[in-house]
Amino acid sequence: MINSTLQPVLEVKNLKQYFSSGRGRRKTVMKAVDDISFTIYKGETFGLVGESGCGKTTTGRTIIRLYEPTDGEIYFNGTLISGELTKEIKKEVTRGMQMIFQDPIASLNPRMTVKEIIGEGLKINKLCRNEQEMLDMIYDILETVGLTREHAGRYPHEFSGGQRQRIGIARALITSPDLVIADEPISALDVSIQAQVLNLLNRLRKKLGLTILFIAHDLSVVKYFSDRIGVMYNGKIVELAKADDLYKQPLHPYTKSLLSAIPLPDPHHERNRKRIYYNTQIHNYEAEQPQLVEIRPGHFVYASPAEVEKYKKGIPL
Amino acid sequence: MTTNNEAILQVNDLHITFNTFSGKVHAVRGVQFDLRKGETLAIVGESGSGKSVTNKAIVGILSKNANIERGNIIYRGADLTQYSERQFTQIRGSKISMIFQDPMSSLNPIMKVGKQIMEALRVRNISKAEARQRAIELMIAVGIPDPEKRFEQYPFQFSGGMRQRIVIAIALACDPEVLICDEPTTALDVTIQAQILDLIKQIQKERDLSVIFITHDLGVVANVADRVAVMYAGKIVEYGTVDEIFYNPKHPYTWSLLVSMPDLDTSSSDELLVIPGTPPNMLYPPKGDAFAPRNRYAMRIDYEEDPPMYRVSDTHYAATWLLHPNAPKVEIPDVLKKRIAQQTERLVR
Repeated sequence: MINSTLQPVLEVKNLKQYFSSGRGRRKTVMKAVDDISFTIYKGETFGLVGESGCGKTTTGRTIIRLYEPTDGEIYFNGTLISGELTKEIKKEVTRGMQMIFQDPIASLNPRMTVKEIIGEGLKINKLCRNEQEMLDMIYDILETVGLTREHAGRYPHEFSGGQRQRIGIARALITSPDLVIADEPISALDVSIQAQVLNLLNRLRKKLGLTILFIAHDLSVVKYFSDRIGVMYNGKIVELAKADDLYKQPLHPYTKSLLSAIPLPDPHHERNRKRIYYNTQIHNYEAEQPQLVEIRPGHFVYASPAEVEKYKKGIPL
Repeated sequence: MTTNNEAILQVNDLHITFNTFSGKVHAVRGVQFDLRKGETLAIVGESGSGKSVTNKAIVGILSKNANIERGNIIYRGADLTQYSERQFTQIRGSKISMIFQDPMSSLNPIMKVGKQIMEALRVRNISKAEARQRAIELMIAVGIPDPEKRFEQYPFQFSGGMRQRIVIAIALACDPEVLICDEPTTALDVTIQAQILDLIKQIQKERDLSVIFITHDLGVVANVADRVAVMYAGKIVEYGTVDEIFYNPKHPYTWSLLVSMPDLDTSSSDELLVIPGTPPNMLYPPKGDAFAPRNRYAMRIDYEEDPPMYRVSDTHYAATWLLHPNAPKVEIPDVLKKRIAQQTERLVR
């Protein structure tokens, strides 16, 4: 569902996020996100997949400025939002970018009612003129996410996991954000509830034309939900392509190994499964100076010049 | 694959409740299954369906507020529900062993890994030198590189997958017959998960273990299981061989489980077929079929009486009124039919 006008909502350029620990000789630097670039266009869902520790969550958190980026630029609706921000830009970012968190229990304040949790964003951003208007907006959004107005006065502990995640979604959507960052929004939920929340998100993004950065580790879910997907490994995006391309013709050996490891609910397939293992020794990225290169239209791979030649000729590594 | 039909463990009509401040929670309500020598039985269900509780009863590690109300667990002619803690220590580890979900919390963080493996051997009066030797052999068996060096390290120096390998090594230390795996790969990444599953399968073959594998991930089930039992609200609602459950499911709950998550062929324009509502509150188990309120095929009888287990084939049983001879004929959902057709087609190719 990529908009034909291709209006970028978020542009990330050479983003780096390093965490250091220790002092002096003991100082170690952890390169959680190491020089990644991508663009998310209006109305699309961009999926980020990878194993734990690959930097996908850090990427999301750095974009919304929960962390101070070490280096690189982030443009949101064309404005630079990394570095020092003026009050106006900060305000625009807090309204325009919202986040849905993984843990629906930890991410809701237990001492606030649903009404207060959802209404907080409206108050801070002064999106309503009076109390009544605020309540109307809250009731409205509650119904949109499949809850009822009676729920507004209750506290988070009175809800089940799936309902809490709906509250989290309502809180994120109330300010009509231009970009929603959904960080593993369903992985803490039960199987039957996961499908409900996934359907809800799917319906909402069509209805409201949401732009979503969808971060998850479950490849089947990311494939189902995203228009384009970036595969992260060791802090870098190693492959970026349209969802179908990525699954039908994966190029980078890491993507191949990841795809070959997905367990599918199909016993015949599982019995004949051929695992592909990713051997990091096949390329020496230190010396080869690889880059994210477009091999086919819209299909980027992180590769060295020699590898690019191979990919273009269709020779697998 | 199953080599013979000798059942080494039988669970009969097991009922377990928990005393809580708000009342009695009926966690397990009449679970019945048998585990045969050398097979892998997968138990699938959502959280709260009673799958972990059943297996904790088998190894005798239920919490204090649990009561076994009815039923028995027969292992080698003895009823485990009547066992004292002292009797349990005789079989726990050496006959029936268990591995848990989170490899970090099931290891002692301030004890060297090697010592933790040795501990299981030392309580059985094996000399220190021999235990060390055996522990290193076990570490090799579960695929830990450089075991001599790793022996002296602490759990925090291990990655999640390696930690789970240590847990498996401890579980295998006393050569058990039965291995219960309670969501052993849920906390792991897909690539590591695949490695651990391969390891469990390989060990099972080498040692002719009988494995009970608890999980909610149907992809994992398809990978490891010979037979599958689907649990809902403290009961087994369907069981059969892995092929029967995946290619010829009969219970509406199994249908919904199979289609509720997207697979790689699901197009993003398709709505997922969801199970509406939430699982029942087991403080007040509903009358009749517990799944009825969420079941789009529910009939009036579902709200009144619990369905018996209907026989589909010698190995395949399902508890749903839809299998009653007088029930209206209900087709499996189109999405599922399509998916199974695709899978069979892929097999032919």
